[in-house]
Amino acid sequence: MVRRKKTIGRVVSQTMLAEDILDLRLETFLASDVMPGQFVGVYPAGADALLPRPISVCDADREAHVLRLVYRLTGRGTTEFALKQPGEVLEMIGPLGNGFPVEEAAGKRVLLIGGGIGIPPLYFTASLLSPEGTREYTGGRSGKASSITSVLGYKNIQTFMAPQFAEITDLYLATEDGSAGYGGTDLDALFEIGRRREGSETVADIIFACGPSPMLKAVKEYALIQGVPAYLSLEERMACGVGACLACVCKTRNVDAHSNVHNARVCTDGPVFPAREVVL
Amino acid sequence: MNTKVTIAGVELKNPVMTASGTFGSGMEYEEFVDINRLGAVVTKGVSAVPWPGNETPRVAETYGGMLNAIGLQNPGIDLFIERDIPFLREFDTKIIVNVAGHTIPEYVAVVEKLSDQPVDLLEINVSCPNVKEGGIAFGQDPRALDEITREIKRHAKQPVIMKLSPNVTSIALMARTAEMAGADAISLINTITGMQIDIRSRKFALANKTGGLSGPAIKPIAVRMVYQAAQAVSIPVIGMGGIANADDAIEFLLAGATGVAVGMMNFHNPYATTEVIEGLEEYMEQNGVEDVAELIGGVKE
Ligand SMILES: Cc1cc2nc3c(=O)[nH]c(=O)nc-3n(C[C@H](O)[C@H](O)[C@H](O)COP(=O)(O)OP(=O)(O)OC[C@H]3O[C@@H](n4cnc5c(N)ncnc54)[C@H](O)[C@@H]3O)c2cc1C
Ligand SMILES: Cc1cc2nc3c(=O)[nH]c(=O)nc-3n(C[C@H](O)[C@H](O)[C@H](O)COP(=O)(O)O)c2cc1C
Ligand code: FES
Repeated sequence: MVRRKKTIGRVVSQTMLAEDILDLRLETFLASDVMPGQFVGVYPAGADALLPRPISVCDADREAHVLRLVYRLTGRGTTEFALKQPGEVLEMIGPLGNGFPVEEAAGKRVLLIGGGIGIPPLYFTASLLSPEGTREYTGGRSGKASSITSVLGYKNIQTFMAPQFAEITDLYLATEDGSAGYGGTDLDALFEIGRRREGSETVADIIFACGPSPMLKAVKEYALIQGVPAYLSLEERMACGVGACLACVCKTRNVDAHSNVHNARVCTDGPVFPAREVVL
Repeated sequence: MNTKVTIAGVELKNPVMTASGTFGSGMEYEEFVDINRLGAVVTKGVSAVPWPGNETPRVAETYGGMLNAIGLQNPGIDLFIERDIPFLREFDTKIIVNVAGHTIPEYVAVVEKLSDQPVDLLEINVSCPNVKEGGIAFGQDPRALDEITREIKRHAKQPVIMKLSPNVTSIALMARTAEMAGADAISLINTITGMQIDIRSRKFALANKTGGLSGPAIKPIAVRMVYQAAQAVSIPVIGMGGIANADDAIEFLLAGATGVAVGMMNFHNPYATTEVIEGLEEYMEQNGVEDVAELIGGVKE
């Protein structure tokens, strides 16, 4: 296992992708160790805000040591991060969490389902698994997917990162207000794909999903009906980020080996869980 | 230069320990700190049977601190003995097991199971404000504190530290009560009951509504209470509440603490414990302090 550390990241660039959505690139040695679906804890400066903000890795250039974080302006911490200029530094802890089990997707038809700010974390996964993606495995592991479809759900026309997903995946867009792609949720779009591809029983062999909890619930049900294994990236309030404080638990179907109760830590046992293991 | 301190007959290589619930049983911070450097590791509270804890959200950030209502989630004493104690035995540090319960028999069950275990001290949490069924009462009512302390002392094989609640009118009275009931040491402060409301959603920030406040925001209260408690008793006092660095730790020592614990600031700086130890040694060197005992209770009138 890669050792976690608290270190710094130097801002390489920061741009606005959509209203309140920022794209931050940081030069940090953490970039060489992270895997898709993992996250980092970014610390605000100042003694008023002491806890790290969990932000998923959107992409990582291991050679250049550049980590890409895409985040939504939310409150105290993210507002501060948004003001950072190139050359300035941020303190961060990582790599945190388990990440998506990308090895299991080798040679398979992969379906990525993302909603809102849950979309960026899927990009690294797509880039690693897509035959057209630029990211490679480390440590001798390998295995591209046989095909990769992404279904991304947005609120409105501000479909950040969709063009990037379109380059390396078979992209289906959904917007809640119908301003782009399918009008409705990602799941509506998914059923539409199913209808269009009639003949093939399922559209995927494995599903990776990240997004708001109603979406994850729907993905879990969908996967169950389709009989396809699904992995969900969950979100919960955190304090330590390293598994010590037991703030960030989710409910589990079975007694968890570490906690000895029906609770698992999102920060260390997750954030990615097999859909059937978690109670949403 | 001597940094060793003795608490209830147990010699610690330095006064710096971890605060219960903020360091697990050390496994999660092993990557960040050399556990061998620590005076002691104080474990997360452990109860007779596994406890699932509260609903989430369990934490909320506050100005200079945080609220928590974990609800004492823990794997139960059996798994703890099987897994956590053997892990900690690998290190050259003292082991202090924090004990939780709803009732006196529940506390006693844990204490008895630990009686033949290689742990150095027991810390009895009578002050966790998050357990509804009476956990708070022991720490807030002198008679209840007296009773539980005596019962635990009757069954405990290791020296007993009573961990006091700050949510009381007179900390000196509670400290003296614990001492008279036979406690070998006291530790304080546990968290201060607080609340946060999100004005956007108009909901409580914590599922439990109330939670315990910790972090630098509570430090002046903690220093005051440690001072008052140390004045009131002759048993050792372990001080905590918002310690972030060596300066903070030294302040607690001067107020009368023999040991100090780093709590939520581990979350801000996972290297905080060892940085406190290094900073303390530096301070002693620079100020010609030969023995850390010179600092303990050394505040000038
Ligand atoms: C595993 C994980 C991965 C995440 N990845 C991303 C990502 O890639 N991009 C992104 O924009 N957001 C992501 N989030 C959500 C992000 O952590 C919050 O938006 C962020 O912490 C808000 O901080 P703030 O100081 O701006 O907001 P404030 O509301 O001022 O924060 C106050 C406190 O609440 C916490 N908090 C607030 N919202 C959330 C939330 N939704 N989840 C967890 N904690 C929260 C903060 O960390 C802080 O401790 C992720 C959350 C988790 C748990
Ligand atoms: C997340 C969290 C969990 C805690 N769990 C326990 C516990 O199980 N038992 C206990 O006696 N105190 C517990 N505490 C209280 C701390 O040990 C400590 O007394 C308090 O937080 C004040 O110190 P600090 O400000 O340095 O954190 C917990 C505190 C936090 C923040
Ligand atoms: S945030 Fe502390 S255990 Fe997950």
